[in-house]
Amino acid sequence: MNEQSIFDAYSPKDTSLLIPLLQDIQEEYGYLPEDQLEKVADHVGLPLSRVYGVVTFYNQFRLKPLGKYVIKVCRGTACHVKGSLEILRTIESELGIKAGDTTKDLLFSIETVACMGACSIAPVIVINGNYYGGLTPKSIHKLIKQCKERG
Amino acid sequence: MNITINNLEVWANPGETILEVAEREGIRIPTLCYLKGFSPTGACRMCMVEIQNEGRLMPSCAFPVYDGMIVQTNSPNVRRARKTIIELLIANHPQDCLVCIRNGNCSLQTLAAEYGVRSYRYVGQRRKGKLDLASPSIERDPEKCILCGRCVRICHEMQHVGAIDLVNRGFNSTVSPAMDRSLNTVACVYCGQCIVNCPVGALREKSDQKRVWEAINNTDKLVVAQIAPAVRVSIGEEFGLEPGEIVTGKIVAALRRMGIDTVFDTNFAADLTIMEEAHELIERITHHKTLPMITSCSPGWVKYLEHFYPDLLDHLSTCKSPHEMEGAVIKSYYARKMGVNPEKIFVVSIMPCIAKKFEAQRPELGNDFQDVDAVITTRELARMIRIAGLDFERLPNEAFDDPLGESTGAGAIFGVAGGVMEAALRTAHAMLTGKDMPMIEFSPIRGLQGVKEASVDIQGIKLKIAAVSGLKNIDILLQDIQKGTSEYHFIEVMACPNGCINGGGQPIPSSPEKIKKRTEAIYKIDQGLAKRCSHHNQSIQKLYKEFLEKPGSHTAHELLHTHYTKRNRY
Repeated sequence: MNEQSIFDAYSPKDTSLLIPLLQDIQEEYGYLPEDQLEKVADHVGLPLSRVYGVVTFYNQFRLKPLGKYVIKVCRGTACHVKGSLEILRTIESELGIKAGDTTKDLLFSIETVACMGACSIAPVIVINGNYYGGLTPKSIHKLIKQCKERG
Repeated sequence: MNITINNLEVWANPGETILEVAEREGIRIPTLCYLKGFSPTGACRMCMVEIQNEGRLMPSCAFPVYDGMIVQTNSPNVRRARKTIIELLIANHPQDCLVCIRNGNCSLQTLAAEYGVRSYRYVGQRRKGKLDLASPSIERDPEKCILCGRCVRICHEMQHVGAIDLVNRGFNSTVSPAMDRSLNTVACVYCGQCIVNCPVGALREKSDQKRVWEAINNTDKLVVAQIAPAVRVSIGEEFGLEPGEIVTGKIVAALRRMGIDTVFDTNFAADLTIMEEAHELIERITHHKTLPMITSCSPGWVKYLEHFYPDLLDHLSTCKSPHEMEGAVIKSYYARKMGVNPEKIFVVSIMPCIAKKFEAQRPELGNDFQDVDAVITTRELARMIRIAGLDFERLPNEAFDDPLGESTGAGAIFGVAGGVMEAALRTAHAMLTGKDMPMIEFSPIRGLQGVKEASVDIQGIKLKIAAVSGLKNIDILLQDIQKGTSEYHFIEVMACPNGCINGGGQPIPSSPEKIKKRTEAIYKIDQGLAKRCSHHNQSIQKLYKEFLEKPGSHTAHELLHTHYTKRNRY
């Protein structure tokens, strides 16, 4: 779907359509670019501040693009007991970004998740849908290195 | 229907809230987020009351009455809950009351004192926030914000600007412009209504007190002050006087005692504005130029049009606002008369307005130097009078300096919504007919409504006019102009509801009763003057004779007229 047809699907000046419109735009771009938010504000007839308020309220919306590798770190109870905080800190310092951010080269994003239901192999992370369990800071280093090599 | 509040049976209308009924009965229920006339949000929970059979405490601002309802506004449960709410708010607050601009005038501080909060009972993580000091008019301190949302509702619902909103969620919630920008990079019009409606110190004016003191202490500078029409009927409130008390002479005396060299009156320049604006209106009508003409004295309104309707800028009167005209005349005519180098003159405007601070910095308002060097608000002047150790009430009444201190009743009524229109009609009538209007007072555009319309017949010219205040009220009229269906010849717009007497720089808190009294006082000033039409101002006549020639002359255009800038919405 191109950008124009996204907007065409929503009748203008209807504020109740704000969230589905934002969802479609995020689907298209992978995140919500600022210039698109301005167009959304014009289209639904709301101030940009209100659109921004909605975008920052819901976890589903992203204002920055995601990296090629999305690393989800489980911070559920079992993983926490098994040292997931150290795993998270290791990934953060390896990549030089915090959870919720994306590296400048758009290669990595870090997200935290409450529980992924894989407690038996805690601590666990998921990279682009692939599960990695029983991790240590050392194995993390290796995993990230592999991703970097693949580019 | 009847309800019982604190064992007292009282009468209530269906649809009213408990808070409204209690207020009428003189029972005070504390509030923080409540804004009269706006939909309740129930965000702060301060107004909780106990309702029989409800099981838990309910916010009285949002709870409608029903027949036979039994309410307790002051039970032990209610008191305990309110105190806890205050303690929790304080726990997430900087606790720097001694150095806060709202020290002594803060709803949270007052409530903490009333409810006997004597310790910081809860200690925990505090929300971090970035100071936003970048705009020339408004400063934001998000750490002080208690998230009542009053500024947001005012900005969106009353002003249709929407520069700020609640963003993020939970612990990270904060009030911010879009994309976490600074206010000076979004379409904020600097009306300052957010400041007047903030219960705490999260929003404040950018202070220019220091620059004014520095100019006063600089022996090389001739400091000339001017006072806006609306300041003289409100500043008394800062010193415990009744709202609407007219204290013009005391302000003049205070300024002289503070060390200001010359004290002029913006009302003089209001008269001058009328001469130019009435002339411009007649020009536009007789030469079939762009109509309707819209007034340009409210800088918040001007910035609103620049951001949101840049295609309509030709409709704005080219007249500078009165204090800018006064500054321009001080630094040309008056400087020449006194033999003073205009670069040595420091003009300080005392205004009921925050947007005037931004306006004074506009590059087009001045040539080699700005027309006005500093703008301070009513509140800032009150602070300076206190620092100067002056007992305001005991000050004598002193008169303005000549010649830019003379004014008529027409200049005085600039302080209220509809006043500029009324003043302009008085002079336009005389310009067209050579005679003054038989009825000087024009009641159809008086009163506290947001939109006032009328039509007048001046020598066969039928004028359709409107006076609008509060920016939400102007959108429909502007859209009509865009569609080409507007029937008006002349529209007055004031950004703040009810005009300058309710400006963003006025004493806090404001209330409908105070606004009414300030308005009445302005009309009283007009009534008490022998001369009530701008063209009767002798100093104005002399100014044209000696310097400007006639309204709309080349010199007048150079000094008293301006142009506007297209701005982006984002």
